[in-house]
Amino acid sequence: MNFFHLVCVYFKLKKIHVYLLNFKLTATRKKMSEVIKLKKGLNIPLKGKAEKVLIDPGPPGQYALKPADFQGIRPKMLVRVNDQVKAGTPLFFDKYNPDMFFTAPASGRVIAVNRGERRKILEVIIKADDKIEYEEFGKADPDKTDREKIVKRLLQSGLWPLLRQRPYGIIPKPDSRPRSIFISGFDTAPLAPDYNFIMQDSASEFQAGIDVLRKLTDGQIHLNVSVDYPVPDVYKNAAGVQLNYFSGPHPSGNPGVQIHHLDPVHKNGTVWYIGPQNLLVIGRLFLKGVVDFSRIVALTGSEVINPQYYRTTMGASVDNIIRDNIKEGNNRFISGNVLTGTRIPAKGFIGFYDSQVTVIPEGDHHRFMGWASPGFDRFSASRSFFAWMMPGRKYVSDTNYNGGPRAFVMTGEYEKVLPMDIIPQQLVKAIIVEDIDKMENLGIYEVVEEDLALCEYICTSKTEVQTIIRHGIDLMIKETS
Amino acid sequence: MKLLREKIDKIKPHFQKGGRFEMLHSTFDAFETFLFVPDKVTNRGAHIRDSIDMKRTMIIVVTAMVPALLFGMWNTGYQHFIATGTEAGFFDNFLHGFVKVMPIVVVSYVSGLAVEFIFAQIRNHEVNEGFLVTGMLIPLIVPVDVPLWMVSVATIFAVIIGKEVFGGTGMNILNPALTARAFLFFAYPTYMSGDFVWISGLLKGEGIVDGFSGATPLANASLGNTEAVPSAMEMFLGTIPGSIGETSTLAILIGAAILWFTGVGSIRIIASVFVGGLTMGLILNAFAVNPFMEIPAWKHLIMGGFAFGAVYMATDPVTASQTDKGKYIYGFLVGFLAILIRVLNPAYPEGMMLAILFMNVFAPLIDHNVIQANIKRRLKRASGGSNTLNKVQ
Repeated sequence: MNFFHLVCVYFKLKKIHVYLLNFKLTATRKKMSEVIKLKKGLNIPLKGKAEKVLIDPGPPGQYALKPADFQGIRPKMLVRVNDQVKAGTPLFFDKYNPDMFFTAPASGRVIAVNRGERRKILEVIIKADDKIEYEEFGKADPDKTDREKIVKRLLQSGLWPLLRQRPYGIIPKPDSRPRSIFISGFDTAPLAPDYNFIMQDSASEFQAGIDVLRKLTDGQIHLNVSVDYPVPDVYKNAAGVQLNYFSGPHPSGNPGVQIHHLDPVHKNGTVWYIGPQNLLVIGRLFLKGVVDFSRIVALTGSEVINPQYYRTTMGASVDNIIRDNIKEGNNRFISGNVLTGTRIPAKGFIGFYDSQVTVIPEGDHHRFMGWASPGFDRFSASRSFFAWMMPGRKYVSDTNYNGGPRAFVMTGEYEKVLPMDIIPQQLVKAIIVEDIDKMENLGIYEVVEEDLALCEYICTSKTEVQTIIRHGIDLMIKETS
Repeated sequence: MKLLREKIDKIKPHFQKGGRFEMLHSTFDAFETFLFVPDKVTNRGAHIRDSIDMKRTMIIVVTAMVPALLFGMWNTGYQHFIATGTEAGFFDNFLHGFVKVMPIVVVSYVSGLAVEFIFAQIRNHEVNEGFLVTGMLIPLIVPVDVPLWMVSVATIFAVIIGKEVFGGTGMNILNPALTARAFLFFAYPTYMSGDFVWISGLLKGEGIVDGFSGATPLANASLGNTEAVPSAMEMFLGTIPGSIGETSTLAILIGAAILWFTGVGSIRIIASVFVGGLTMGLILNAFAVNPFMEIPAWKHLIMGGFAFGAVYMATDPVTASQTDKGKYIYGFLVGFLAILIRVLNPAYPEGMMLAILFMNVFAPLIDHNVIQANIKRRLKRASGGSNTLNKVQ
């Protein structure tokens, strides 16, 4: 065999190798085609992701239920200060839906009902007993309970509000039936908790929750997972669900985006959605017969010394998990993530739907010549700061606006971070001028604030997109009811 | 910096409501925010916001124009010394151009910003940064010998009629810089066209060497003097007569790269303007009956103000189409019409200005159709059941 021959063999082998490789690639691609690939969006690289360590911080002492967590309800109090309550005792109900109760997350004494402007109820605070006592609802097998009884049980126990519907992102009416129910099994928001970590060891509760949901709809239960994150076994083993695969950056984990791609809503009909941890609460009600709001919460953000996971409860004070774990300085505490979370005081309470607490620095200081700085340390979705030279870097972001509000000037920005077939800027404009027809046509039924939170983040004109969207939704509710 | 900050904080109350200089509130605010990013923090919605703001965006656009400006300065001197038959080095060229161009830049900024500040105060809003770009664009699209008072009048006209009457930056229908140029073009045509305005000194009749013509390549081409048209390389580099900033396609492409890379300018528009121009050029080539129509389509892209308009003017986000698909249509038609006007309309040697202004007016119509298509598609999907949308978004 001469040298030339060897070369020929080598290239032939290489050709075969390349051919095989290509074949393999097309095979995987075929499999991947079932994945709903979303390209638009943005993962904001922030410092302070929670390490996978689960801490039991001990009893939080105080709990609170905040009516502001629930969109579109008018709370009417059922308890007074100094009343004794158990976990699951109704604290207030919705004036518009008198059988919809909102119940205490723990047993103890009501120590305050804080009110704001026009006597609006802000929070009902409970000083917890040392040992939590539960209202007894009795165990039940969801498969053998009829729908009516399940609905009643959820309403009475205060777990019905864990469900939310599209359009509007409000709590569904008890007499309505959804076309389908969505569970987004992953969270793509900045520093969001890892559900692969949170959901381990909860298979039975999760399954019980799904069994309940299956009674609530004649349609499918969509359990959506991402190929970009490890899929928990709990999800893979769940029975009675349609498992859908997504890929892509935030907001691909938002139920609104997933509904848009799988079962889009319009004027007629509703689709419901619920978070995985909240589903566990419903599962527990049927397995144990009690209202147990306990959940795992990720403490995240650049100002947390040791960002990690904590076993706590909805409505619990964050005091015991952030104590001695926060850096010095003027910080902002957020229940939820930096895009959609609610601002809370340092001793505030975890929101009804939240699985994350974030602490970031306040930005109440001036920056010299911000427009001229090279900006190696300033993240931007555009490449107008030199930070683009450092891919993979994580940033500390404070609460400064980084500029002043302006009229719309830039275009095409919002489209880059909204993986929906909706023209966001036009929708926002339609809401600003309160044109109901246009809002309807441009997609107000399909979105809530969180879906356009990234638009607000990247906006050069610093437009308050989320506030505008909620205003639009409120208008729609008023107009159509 | 701390000292400066303390000084500002000290005098700030005078400029606020009830202060001695309340009428200068907007002006003070503009200078303060120019020096320091405000300390305002988020109180609703997203808790963090992107680092970008309008100032940064506009500064980047201005930066993208710097290559064209610097080259324009050098070329002004270069053309002047060729015309007068004087030997001159690089610095002589640049210095001559600098002396000629800088006053135009200053006049444009001063008169435009004065109007902006007054309007901001009357309307009680912050001074918009939009004029930072307009103020730089205007000097780049006028002939170098334009009288300064004309620049001032045109700028004031453009800012008031082109922008402020509609509500300021973000609300205008026509590109303000082009409004200024159109104003000059129609009000003082003798200073804006012809063979003598493009090179400094020619209007005053400074000693021109024999046989020198100050005509632009486009003027020559439209008269059929194809042999007088400079080589493609000269036109690409920009060593030709023309408006101050428009001659060098190379410098403009550097600007385009900056706009594209930073994400500030829309590459959709830039690319489709060129495609549109090329398409029209090819159509004209196919039906050519005179030498101008026979000019190769690609050459049109490096002649006149085509590249400048495509990169800096058509991309103005406020006056262009706002939808992604609309941008393709808008850009294509700008390029298409620019070459059409340029070649077939004997009254206007260059069609870019009119093509962009024309499409500015039509941009909302394009957007309307794109939006209607979106509405129809989404309605169909919602009523047609699920799982019909599987394309990559």
